Amino acid sequence: MYAEPRFLLAGDSALVAEFGDKVSPDINMKVRKLFLYLEKFPPKGIKETVPTYRSLMIHYNSLELSLETLRSELEKAIVESANMSLLGSRRITVPVKYGGDYGPDIEDVAAHNEITPEDVIRIHSSMDYLVYMIGFTPGFPYLGELPRSIACPRLTTPRVKVPAGSIGIAGTLTGIYSLESPGGWRLIGRTPLKLFDERSDPPSLLQAGDYVRFLRIAETDYENILKEIQVGKYQPEIQHFEKQ
Amino acid sequence: MQDLGRFGYQRYGIPVAGAMDSYAAKVANILAGNAENSACLEMTLTGPTLKAINPCNIAITGADFAPTVNGERIDMWTARPVKKGDMLSFSSAQDGCRGYLTISGGIEVPSVLGSRSTYVRGGFGGYRGRTLRNGDILRGILSEPRTRIRYVPREYIPSYTSHANIRVVLGPQDDFFTENGIKTYLNSRYEVTPDSDRMGYRLSGPAIEHSKEPEIVSDGVAVGAIQVPGDRMPIVLMKDAQTTGGYPKIAHVVSPDLDRVAQLRPGDSLRFGRIEIHEAHELVSQLVKQLDHLKEHIKERGLAPEFPDDETLMRFQGAIR
Repeated sequence: MYAEPRFLLAGDSALVAEFGDKVSPDINMKVRKLFLYLEKFPPKGIKETVPTYRSLMIHYNSLELSLETLRSELEKAIVESANMSLLGSRRITVPVKYGGDYGPDIEDVAAHNEITPEDVIRIHSSMDYLVYMIGFTPGFPYLGELPRSIACPRLTTPRVKVPAGSIGIAGTLTGIYSLESPGGWRLIGRTPLKLFDERSDPPSLLQAGDYVRFLRIAETDYENILKEIQVGKYQPEIQHFEKQ
Repeated sequence: MQDLGRFGYQRYGIPVAGAMDSYAAKVANILAGNAENSACLEMTLTGPTLKAINPCNIAITGADFAPTVNGERIDMWTARPVKKGDMLSFSSAQDGCRGYLTISGGIEVPSVLGSRSTYVRGGFGGYRGRTLRNGDILRGILSEPRTRIRYVPREYIPSYTSHANIRVVLGPQDDFFTENGIKTYLNSRYEVTPDSDRMGYRLSGPAIEHSKEPEIVSDGVAVGAIQVPGDRMPIVLMKDAQTTGGYPKIAHVVSPDLDRVAQLRPGDSLRFGRIEIHEAHELVSQLVKQLDHLKEHIKERGLAPEFPDDETLMRFQGAIR
């Protein structure tokens, strides 16, 4: 983590407030606090903000907000937000059918770590993951940290088509493909949940700062949940809690 | 189908989308008497043929697609009435890359997450989340047919050349490049490769030297960013770009010049010139003033081509010489 945040230019309409250059929950916490503060007390001229692992991108309109004013607003917001508690964090349960056609790379992940596929499932579904950011495609969550014992490098040749809902591993990250797309992450399972729906607002099931818990389900459960989702009957399990 | 873009959803991974050349799209709407953010049909390199099912007023701007109404050539950067049954036809772009067509009253497509822009990769927005096909019907809001042609004075029409000088502001990761790398980037000519689209313009030219591993912990991506991945060739990220990315970004195209990048086509070239942020902000405010000024200087002329006014006479003389 940097002693002082860096403000970096990203063209004439965006500024980056960068708190560090690593993937770490502490750095991400600072990003999240600034994000929430600006949501609560938005200076005039800020169009939108985008939280990522280690920085917040602030899109602004230079006709309404000068760069100097924006910088001083941000400096103030960073100080003010430091003591904010992160009320109302959410933990979303994501049901997953692991292995088989749903997760064709689970054997490789197991072999890479010299454990069994059963171990991979047990470890993967045993902890909460922080949603560091949403990116890559609409609704795609970057989740961490994955225990080292099931980490695995990306495929050398990415797949042309990865089905929506696929759960992947890339190094010490895990993520969920929100739309069918090309991709190089190792696939270990699939969720029937819809991560992205443009007819909802917000359109993404998850947002930066949420926590995700994977729940192992059987193939029949997968099919049942999928049917319930199609008729709009399924409600994902969301718990609210206070995280300091 | 594109308006000026979808804002407020980049945090959910949704690209801004919107007209690649926002200046041309805004002027089309101004000519049509619409709000600047109304939806336009964006044409890329080749245009469609459309039949008017009902009378309406159309406006066309951007690259010259050699448009005709019932076979008669009409001018770009004009708005005019078309009658029921008229055939409006666009050829391929004679210069530039993108053209815009809109209808007075606006083209009616549903607003998705606050915008009418199509995001084709996500399959939503615009006309059923896709590009247009044969047989699609565009609905507009009926408006009183005009009796005159509205046009834009010459000085407001950009000329689209096959080489463009593009102004940039360095950052946020210019410290990932050697001094030589930045010098190469700012002093070389880069060519637009065929592998360029609404998401990004991939360029080829002299390699840009990194000072460290060309990978960063992913951060936010703004439209106009120029990222340089491991192959050391720059990519200009355009309107459909991803919202986060893991390659170092050497600079950003200033927003008024992004419209000019959007008009380049494969094989065209560009050169990047560095300016300071306060100069970029000055350009942004000049552009707004220019558009305000334009709104007061839209001209009109009669429909009959056999009585050309000064403007068409001047162009005719230019053509003979």
